[in-house]
Amino acid sequence: MRSVKSSPTQEKPWLHALLIVIAIGYLALVLLIPAANVIFQAFHKGVVPFVQNLLEPDFLHAVWLTFALALVVVPLNMVFGLCAAWAIARHRFPGRTLLLSMIDLPFSISPVVAGLMLVLVYGRNGWFGSWLHALDIRVIFSFPGMVLATAFVSLPFVAREVIPVLEEIGTEQEEAAKTLGANEWQTFWRVTLPNIRWGLLYGVLLTNARAMGEFGAVAVVSGNVAGLTQTLPLFIEDAYKNYNTESAYAAAVILGLLALVTLVVKEIVERKTGIKPKL
Amino acid sequence: MSAPQPISPTFSPQKRRWQFPWVWKITVFYLLVMLAVPIAALLSRAASVGPGHFWQVATRAIALSAYEVTFVTALITALINGVFGTLIAWVLVRYSFPGKRFFDAVVDLPFALPTAVAGLTLATVYSENGWIGRLLAPWGIKIAFTRWGVAVAMLFISLPFVIRTVQPVLTEMEKDVEEAAWSLGATPGQTFWRVILPPLMPAILTGVALGFSRAVGEFGSVVIISSNTPFRDLIASVLVFQSLEQYDYEAAAIIGTVMLLVSLGILFLINLLQAWGQRYAQR
Repeated sequence: MRSVKSSPTQEKPWLHALLIVIAIGYLALVLLIPAANVIFQAFHKGVVPFVQNLLEPDFLHAVWLTFALALVVVPLNMVFGLCAAWAIARHRFPGRTLLLSMIDLPFSISPVVAGLMLVLVYGRNGWFGSWLHALDIRVIFSFPGMVLATAFVSLPFVAREVIPVLEEIGTEQEEAAKTLGANEWQTFWRVTLPNIRWGLLYGVLLTNARAMGEFGAVAVVSGNVAGLTQTLPLFIEDAYKNYNTESAYAAAVILGLLALVTLVVKEIVERKTGIKPKL
Repeated sequence: MSAPQPISPTFSPQKRRWQFPWVWKITVFYLLVMLAVPIAALLSRAASVGPGHFWQVATRAIALSAYEVTFVTALITALINGVFGTLIAWVLVRYSFPGKRFFDAVVDLPFALPTAVAGLTLATVYSENGWIGRLLAPWGIKIAFTRWGVAVAMLFISLPFVIRTVQPVLTEMEKDVEEAAWSLGATPGQTFWRVILPPLMPAILTGVALGFSRAVGEFGSVVIISSNTPFRDLIASVLVFQSLEQYDYEAAAIIGTVMLLVSLGILFLINLLQAWGQRYAQR
């Protein structure tokens, strides 16, 4: 006769412990130790050198430029994302799946290739190059090109987060509002927007994190001139390659803080609403 | 109750499509300017050289080695994350232990942390004097500035995908199927291979494909941790970047097109995997 076995829910405790140790060990090797290292490296000589690094003019300019980029790109992609989400979630039309995959495309294209595409459109020998040159407008190696590159890589986030929410809430409330005499704008502001606010917040949060942290696409189109077209991620790489490790880490802490804020807000929203962001 | 009568003409479904026509205009215009025009510019530049020349540049020895470093390393790291990601998802869903919420939240770090920061800190930690690299150096293992470094960076950025695709499937999986297998006399091994793993497979493979796709296109973290030496640890994105720096737009466009076509292929594969996963879930 078989002996009575423990049920799988009460499997051997040592296996339990082993699997937990492996999981935490792997996370530590790949994520946690490197994350702790950022803080250690920035502060291991004390707070004063850290603050001094933060006061360098090139660094301050990089911070300003990074925020300016996000300030332009996030609203742009938010308006587009809301329009695209509404168009896709509220309509059935031929080519709908194609439109959906098109919106996702920037996630699968290498950022460097994205930057290259922009150079081939707006660069000196690009499609619009001579035309832009005649009008004396610089796109590549200046702010407009960096906006385009950043907007390209962070384009899908808002639409991806809002579409499932819009589909889930359905149209009943919107139609009720309209029966009661609300116009399109009133319906959007008073009914649709409050319903999708968490999804929208997720989308904006992820757009912002990507916009401030983008490296490859911006590196290609910006020319990476310190104090001129250098964002924080570019500043980090530049400082590191020039053996200026301490200012690289001072800047890394600032961007790490951005990541921390992103994760904390995400966690709060998740606990409040129970929704998880789409990958 | 009778069917509700449309009260105003804006209610009829035919009319609905034409509400807010400017929303459609913004969507289409933005996608045209942001995506269609740049992609067309890349493809037309690559096509302008003719198929013979395209093939010749696309298959130069340096390009072939860059593809090999990129795709093979990305595939191996995506598979490693497939194994560990499934294990971590299992632990996070099924077990309770102190700090579980913290570890769950920390999994998203690679999505939130800029890749330049990731590259910087990985290069330090895994260098010969770094916290982890120091332990490996006596064994003659160098990680930073070798192909191993490329692999570590790719492990970092593709880590969340498998965990986040497997977690929801595991949460919804009924425990009674496992218990049934158990009570019918299956060993833990049999239960795992025959009962638990098959329904997870579409999610695992989707996560692996998403991670692979992300690792193939990665630039920021790899360019910092790698020595970017041709034929050793030079990846395709860096090769495109270096070609651009040397104003060799033709080579950049051709290798960029190869990468774009591979990305489209992976995207198609991911869509197939997700459709498979949905069929699985409906059964």
